[in-house]
Amino acid sequence: MGYVAVKGGTLAIEESIKRLKYERLKKGVVLDCQRIEAGMRCLIDQVMSESSLYDEILAALAIKQAEGSPEEAVFLMRAYRSTLPRKHYSRTIESEAMLVERRISASFKDIPGGQILGSANDYTHRLIDFNLNEETDQEASSWVREYAEESGVDNDKTDLANLPKVLDYLREEGLIPACENDDSEPDDVTKASLQFPTSRSERLQILTRGQTGAVTSLGYVALRSYGALHPTVGELRIGNLSIYVDNPFNERNEDEDTYYIGEIKVTEVETLFPEDVQKLNGQKEIEFSLGYGICYGQNETKAIAISILDHCLETGNAEYPTHNEEFVLMHIDSVEATGFISHLKLPHYVTFQSKLDSVRKSRNGRECKNMKNNEELNP
Amino acid sequence: MKIEYNFAFFDEGSKREIRRVTLKAVAIPGYQVPFASREMPIARGWGTGGLQLTLSLVGKDDILKVIDQGSDESVNAVNIKKLIAITTGVSVSEETAEATIIQSRHRIPEIPLREGQILVLQVPLPEPLRYYEPSEYETKKLHAEREYSGAWLMLFEQIMNYGTMSTGADHPVMVQGRYVMAPSPIPRFDNPKLNRSQALILFGAGREKKVYAVPPYTRVESLDFEDYPFRVESFQDKCCRLCGAKGVFMDEILDDLTGKTSYQCNDSSYCLQELNGK
Repeated sequence: MGYVAVKGGTLAIEESIKRLKYERLKKGVVLDCQRIEAGMRCLIDQVMSESSLYDEILAALAIKQAEGSPEEAVFLMRAYRSTLPRKHYSRTIESEAMLVERRISASFKDIPGGQILGSANDYTHRLIDFNLNEETDQEASSWVREYAEESGVDNDKTDLANLPKVLDYLREEGLIPACENDDSEPDDVTKASLQFPTSRSERLQILTRGQTGAVTSLGYVALRSYGALHPTVGELRIGNLSIYVDNPFNERNEDEDTYYIGEIKVTEVETLFPEDVQKLNGQKEIEFSLGYGICYGQNETKAIAISILDHCLETGNAEYPTHNEEFVLMHIDSVEATGFISHLKLPHYVTFQSKLDSVRKSRNGRECKNMKNNEELNP
Repeated sequence: MKIEYNFAFFDEGSKREIRRVTLKAVAIPGYQVPFASREMPIARGWGTGGLQLTLSLVGKDDILKVIDQGSDESVNAVNIKKLIAITTGVSVSEETAEATIIQSRHRIPEIPLREGQILVLQVPLPEPLRYYEPSEYETKKLHAEREYSGAWLMLFEQIMNYGTMSTGADHPVMVQGRYVMAPSPIPRFDNPKLNRSQALILFGAGREKKVYAVPPYTRVESLDFEDYPFRVESFQDKCCRLCGAKGVFMDEILDDLTGKTSYQCNDSSYCLQELNGK
């Protein structure tokens, strides 16, 4: 009877856990967390983003323990997050102040401040580099030294911590409607469960901690068929944002009293959606509306997909599931989705027995009825 | 980097918050109180709602029992018990009468619960109306307006289609004449045990982020019709192949060799107790 005997389950579980450890260690080589941190930047970014916990060291450890499974690593991080008291909210961050490493626009070639390609896979050929098989630590450090010397002389005077937003340019041109800053206090989805209809701050939080694959898929759905949106990336920027918290002992919260607590790397995307707008005289004009996406680390596909879904949920067209906030927001969380799917592996003996009883009763009910019918037909 | 976990895993603020939600649930029997469900070291859907309730309630003197579909030794029960024991150091027991907190997945123990005990049930789908209304926004309104015709209609359609109500486990109940509630997938056999229970019964849905309660001595009725009364699973003429008990919920056991079906108490602790008593 499967893996639940009346007695003996405990022992079997202990053996299974040992077996898991054996699978991780059987080749006799231990993965060094420092090496994970050094060489698995993108996986660490993804795990931190889906975990809503920005800590590279912890993420590396979680990845090691999870043997590289993102869903397991995120699970570990989220569970750890539950044990941490929440003492502060950061001050509002303006993304204009980002120390930019990469910044591109698909809308304009010449954007104020210029396109900065930074580091990206986009321009590589996806050919497996067999030389990497032989790569050594020494080679790596000497390459890094040479690279630093080579790019040491930099005559560019661009202020990377103060690049204007591409969208501001469009606002000045009047191509996107000006909008007021929304300075209302954001809701915190980790402090209260989601109630519908949701606020935009809640939607963006759920999207940014969503499972990368799930967010990408739903964004793709909206792009390809259900709504067939075709946005343009106004600006995608990657870089570091400094985080400050208020001095808890000073009510006035003046700028010079805040504490700098570190910086986070994020990917931020602003997309433009062309839309028909009916004017008073009955004529139509095209205006741009916006979608916004942001996530921890460098994860450009996810950030773009978030911006598409943000726009979908703002529009709320009842025809498409990708515009339905319950459909999107309730089903993209890694821990929730993988947890509920994997619970199907748990024993369901009682529930199945109960259903079996219903099935039998419905059969018996049928037979009785059929007999009655037959009697009526053949008196 | 060596980090010690707090007593009962959570930080104190989180525990207090969950207890506050629980008090609200007790004050409004059958009403699903939303709460900021935390991610736990066990998977969503594996009892995180129950686990959060247990961890927020457990004190150093408590005696804990955890069962999964009737068994104290099922994989998940063992796991949850181990986690709570490691993070709290409380003593565990398999004896229903001895435990002060019983966390259970899909069963109410056969031995009647008494005052002072707390039964924590794990809930996968807390919304009894979800079957016909997928939207949370809408079901909240239906509950507020006590608009339950859909629930009755669902049962009526089952009778039309199958000649009987075809709910398996999780047959909906009416709590104190006000809220229709999902009793969690306990078998229909256990539904009557909810009615005027001496023990406090708490329901935790971690993934769906809801807590609800049936306080002691609350009226709980299974939904049914006068001409189609609610019926529990029948184990008529069946008795346990191990202890010989009758009138309890049984597992159906297939013998691989003979192909014969026999029955065995589903509540393994009850079965052991019966065996030891003899």
